[in-house]
Amino acid sequence: MNDISPLLSVSNLSKSFGGIMAVYNVSFEVTEGELLGIIGPNGSGKTTLVNLITGFVKPLSGYIEYRGRDITGWAPYKIVTLGIARTFQMVRPFYQLPAFKNLIVPLYSPRVKRMAGGKYGDRDAVALDLLEEVGFERDAHVSYKVASALPQGYLKRLELAKSMALRPDLIIMDELFSGLSLAEVASIVPIIEKLRVQGKTLIMIEHRLKELFRIADRVIVLNYGEKIAEGSGEEVMESESVKRAYLGRET
Amino acid sequence: MKKRKERIDRGIKARSEDIFALSSHLEMIYLLLPRAIPVAGLLGVAPFLSSYWREVFISTGVYALLAISWDMLISAGLISLGQSLFYGIGSYIAGALNCYWNWPPLFTIPVATLGGGLVCAIMLLPVLRLRGIYFAMVTLVLPLMFSRLVEATRILGGTEGLTGLTPFPNQLVALYVIDLALLSALFGFRRIIDSDYGLIVRAISDNDRSVMSAGFNIHWYKSQVVLLGAAVGSFAGAFGTHVDMFAGMPGFALDYSIMPVAAAVVGGMGTFAGPMVGAFILVPLSEILRALGALRIVFYGLFLVLFVVALPEGLFHYMQRKYHQCERWVEVE
Repeated sequence: MNDISPLLSVSNLSKSFGGIMAVYNVSFEVTEGELLGIIGPNGSGKTTLVNLITGFVKPLSGYIEYRGRDITGWAPYKIVTLGIARTFQMVRPFYQLPAFKNLIVPLYSPRVKRMAGGKYGDRDAVALDLLEEVGFERDAHVSYKVASALPQGYLKRLELAKSMALRPDLIIMDELFSGLSLAEVASIVPIIEKLRVQGKTLIMIEHRLKELFRIADRVIVLNYGEKIAEGSGEEVMESESVKRAYLGRET
Repeated sequence: MKKRKERIDRGIKARSEDIFALSSHLEMIYLLLPRAIPVAGLLGVAPFLSSYWREVFISTGVYALLAISWDMLISAGLISLGQSLFYGIGSYIAGALNCYWNWPPLFTIPVATLGGGLVCAIMLLPVLRLRGIYFAMVTLVLPLMFSRLVEATRILGGTEGLTGLTPFPNQLVALYVIDLALLSALFGFRRIIDSDYGLIVRAISDNDRSVMSAGFNIHWYKSQVVLLGAAVGSFAGAFGTHVDMFAGMPGFALDYSIMPVAAAVVGGMGTFAGPMVGAFILVPLSEILRALGALRIVFYGLFLVLFVVALPEGLFHYMQRKYHQCERWVEVE
């Protein structure tokens, strides 16, 4: 796979918040079509890393390249326009709007307009189809309910649908599985596998290691903002430094 | 034949806010009535009013426009405590053009509307990143700064202001100008906010980071909203200046900032019609209470408190809900 240039490459990325290094000297690459998992204990800098890549936070040093183009320090809306979408760990729906109207926002975005050749088409119909794809039962009219009335499982799927609506090439999912039951996770996994079949590149930040290892091609492990391991799920869990990070030091 | 009750709007709204399926005259009247009331009320009543009440409704219209402009900003999540900034800038632009270059109101008002909107939007551009109370504080301070600037530098007539400006031909013309402006702002803004563009604006107030991650430059959208709101506010200022035949420091007074907020709270935010209804209650009420003399403000304050406690959602939201619940008898097979 090394002969293919990476889709996203992060080199020596660092970010500090008030003197504490949230992300320190992290480098990794993602090739097209790959599913990369990022794991680590709480406070290890995973979400900061997502915020850095998507432009919500400006890095202290280091570079982020997407398709060979330096996107370090770009504004979030410009990064999205290139085809990098994200979901939020804490779901961020538009609570006052019905679920399907939530999707009108990404469907109205400049990126979707450009990809559709300047025409938007029937956004309401596209929104309803997308919601059905992520498991909103059409017969039960869940899609018409106001987002504030939806349970957590649906809000997580809505979050995923909002990123899919942007027709991205790379989706970064920040703890999509957290707060979901085993059954709900099992129902989202096929959606993710379908995205892979469509050729999307995925980065998944996760705490649910078992579910992640089953679908991830490769995993990197963060601890205190530093990358401490990289490899397949089994490989990284064998590593001494990872065991120490998760289980603590033996005394 | 059995009968049961059914809501009139059942079937009209086919799961959508913008497509209507009408099947009877009753349904058409049901839809038209709430839209016809403000048009008929504003345009039809004007000729029958006494000179005193015409004057009251002219100033009511000015406050109602400022309230609608305030509501535009709030729909993008921007809390403004400085509507008098828009009023003052619009009033000084129109006043200066009329006083120094003798432009007639027909030109000063449109120029002040556009120019005032642009000037205010550019001025607020650097603080659009601020949210909530921080944005509110900046808007509160700006008009106070401007009135002191005029006082200290003695530009634009200093403390005396610009006097002897061209008035409208007569009261009725002025009343119709403000009423037409009010209706255009009301229906125009309601249309904008119901479109998909308006959906993005409302989404920014709901969750701005989510809109950013959908690929929108939210600061660009916010500045467009400020431009729209400020233009309407500046129109009110330019209009008021020609009615009063005077442009001066009172244009930056706190009244123009506080009254729109009170009107929006009484009438119901986020609907444009609500703040307008609120202004049409509060301003005439304050005139009626004049008979009470010194106790006027006490009763006025009491009314405001009672209203906010009894109907916190605002009068318009309440009326809208009740109207949607209107029922008719239908036959059951």
